[in-house]
Amino acid sequence: MSASRPRTGPLARPYWVALRAMLVFTVVLGVAYPLAITLVGQLALPAQANGSLVTTADGVVGSSLIGQSFTDADGAVLPEWFQSRPSAAGDGYDASASGGSNWGPENPDLIQAIGDRQAAIEDLDGATTDEIPADAVTASASGLDPHISPAYALLQVPRVAAARDLPETEVRALVESVERARDLRFLGEPTVNVLNLNLELATLDFGK
Amino acid sequence: MSVWLGILQALTLVAVIGGLYRPLGDYMATIYTSHKDLAIERGFYRLIGVDARGQQTWSAYLRGVLAFSLVGVLFVYTIQRAQAVLPYSLGFDAVPAGLSFNTAVSFVTNTNWQSYSPDVTLGYTVQIVGLAVQNFVSSAVGLAVAIALVRGLMLRRSGTIGNFWVDLTRGVLRLLLPLAVIAAIVLLAGGVIQNFTGFTEVNTLTGASQSIPGGPVASQEAIKELGTNGGGFFNANSSHPFENPSGWTSLFEIVLMLAIPFSLPRTFGTMVGDKKQGYTILATMATIFVISLTALTLFELRAAGAAPALAGGAMEGKETRFGIIGSTLFATTTTLTSTGAVNSMHDSYTALGGMMPMLNMMLGEVAPGGTGSGLYGMLILAVIAVFVAGLLVGRTPEYLGKKIGPREIKLASLYILVTPTLVLAGTALSFAIPAVRADVEATSIWNPGLHGLSEVLYAFTSAANNNGSAFAGLTANTPWFNTALGVAMVLGRFLPMVFVLALAGSFAAQDRVPATAGTLPTNRPQFVGLLLGVTIIITALTYFPVLALGPLAEGLQ
Repeated sequence: MSASRPRTGPLARPYWVALRAMLVFTVVLGVAYPLAITLVGQLALPAQANGSLVTTADGVVGSSLIGQSFTDADGAVLPEWFQSRPSAAGDGYDASASGGSNWGPENPDLIQAIGDRQAAIEDLDGATTDEIPADAVTASASGLDPHISPAYALLQVPRVAAARDLPETEVRALVESVERARDLRFLGEPTVNVLNLNLELATLDFGK
Repeated sequence: MSVWLGILQALTLVAVIGGLYRPLGDYMATIYTSHKDLAIERGFYRLIGVDARGQQTWSAYLRGVLAFSLVGVLFVYTIQRAQAVLPYSLGFDAVPAGLSFNTAVSFVTNTNWQSYSPDVTLGYTVQIVGLAVQNFVSSAVGLAVAIALVRGLMLRRSGTIGNFWVDLTRGVLRLLLPLAVIAAIVLLAGGVIQNFTGFTEVNTLTGASQSIPGGPVASQEAIKELGTNGGGFFNANSSHPFENPSGWTSLFEIVLMLAIPFSLPRTFGTMVGDKKQGYTILATMATIFVISLTALTLFELRAAGAAPALAGGAMEGKETRFGIIGSTLFATTTTLTSTGAVNSMHDSYTALGGMMPMLNMMLGEVAPGGTGSGLYGMLILAVIAVFVAGLLVGRTPEYLGKKIGPREIKLASLYILVTPTLVLAGTALSFAIPAVRADVEATSIWNPGLHGLSEVLYAFTSAANNNGSAFAGLTANTPWFNTALGVAMVLGRFLPMVFVLALAGSFAAQDRVPATAGTLPTNRPQFVGLLLGVTIIITALTYFPVLALGPLAEGLQ
């Protein structure tokens, strides 16, 4: 197609140019660009491009970037697994409905929820309120946070060790081996990936 | 400890952005002043029927901007309405009319406000063919308008200010597309996904099932940040691990948001032939940024308010991997630019912390602002500052040798009035019309009490300033908000552009008067102080009363 100029007045002309420009841009930016990036991703970085999926002998068990619930079907804590943070995504860690609670700092529902979560952890882990880190009682922004703070992981060590009949030192060493420092030592916060930790835990159990 | 890490993080950012300032700024100046067209561009101009040598008056330039944007709105609207029959729609139905209008307007105006949850509304085709294209071109339109204003200051006795189609094309092909390709690959390496596989059903460790989403995310994420757009592929936006997997990707995305807006003062300085003019603008932007970042970070670390105090930290709505410091830097960046992407949920911030993103937008998003819109916003404020200084000493004010006469100051004043009018009128009408108020209170507002007012105020502030972030508890997918916010986005984007281009035309037509001993120098630290003062006073006087009703009242109670 070359410069075929339709007979349009000066006022209509920009619309005709705009329409053609939009079509060409759509082909370049809306089709060619994402397909080229997909090609690069699938050829050069397939693990990342496909969601950092974690595979065990049982098949794909999740993504190391997407958090999971470690509860039974009714939402009750399974004490033998390290627990993730509270989640506001669907019924909890629903990866097809990401999002936070959006509760404000004075919202009575949030105050109630934090209190209830603290009470539950005090019950479960025998911790005092002061010992419970903030991430353990608050929902993340995405509802899919794959991490907990090292403090929350360590808090859960005695319970998990007892439930699995493992020595606490061994479980604590496991937490420390899975713990990741800040990126470049100063970006973000130190984290423990709960799925990775629980996968390691499962192999530890198995080897016993 | 946290404070030091925050300072180290900020210094890293300063080093990176500082390193980009000259090369990127000068590169952009070359793009927009070069007389040569690339072969691919010549083909493109033939395809769309444009004479690249043709120069446009300011009104012809404006007609190009408006025509292109209107076609964009119709295109994005249509593609959403047709979603049911498009490939890769993940089984999602056509998007309803009101929501389609709001979303089309939102992406064309570089706002990227999302009344919908993308996870359950949009398939891949609408995302890439509709929305991602606008991420590029709406950003390039903003750049073009800013460059037109700079040309107005640069040219003498000229009836024309450049060619919109050429500026648009060069912005996309020479700047945004190459940078987006690089950024997308870096993000891919960091763990951002890029596939077309839809949902992967997995059996989790405890035997439950989880539906892990796919999608062409990296290509979208790159231009979303680089073009200061901000519309998330997922509902959780840049807090979603597939959009922003780690501490370093988060800083990288922050760099993408800031790179172009913070380098544009250099482009300006280079084009007008006085690089110090660029440094004064840069210094003003950077000062506001640092003050705002410090305030927000301290508010969030302090964790005031019933819920944060009880939890022992303001971690509601924040990701573990970013922490407080990584969240507040992102929040400051996204609202001082026109991006509106979030890596934490602003609605759950402490009361005074949540006020900061609002205040950032209320400043007019000029520190450094959106791609293009930040620079032209700051240049308008510079015109006002020069005028105020001229009044004080009783001389005809000039900026870069251009007289600020009645026509110029009227245009600058109209520019300044647009967004506050939209924000305050929109918020007020939401509560003043009885039927609307009932609906807003029953359906839209999520948090009770003063925080509910803040949600509505935030929404209109975000829409009118073309930001797109939200106090996301607000249910905005209602006839009132889809319409009112849609109107606010259109007027908040295009009315200022009309005034900017008119001003560009009137500057270009003038000769340049030589500087005398009585001319206010605009390339010295003194002018930074003046510009800061004008920016802050205009904002504070306009918005203090309404802030006192919402976040200030909540934070001080």
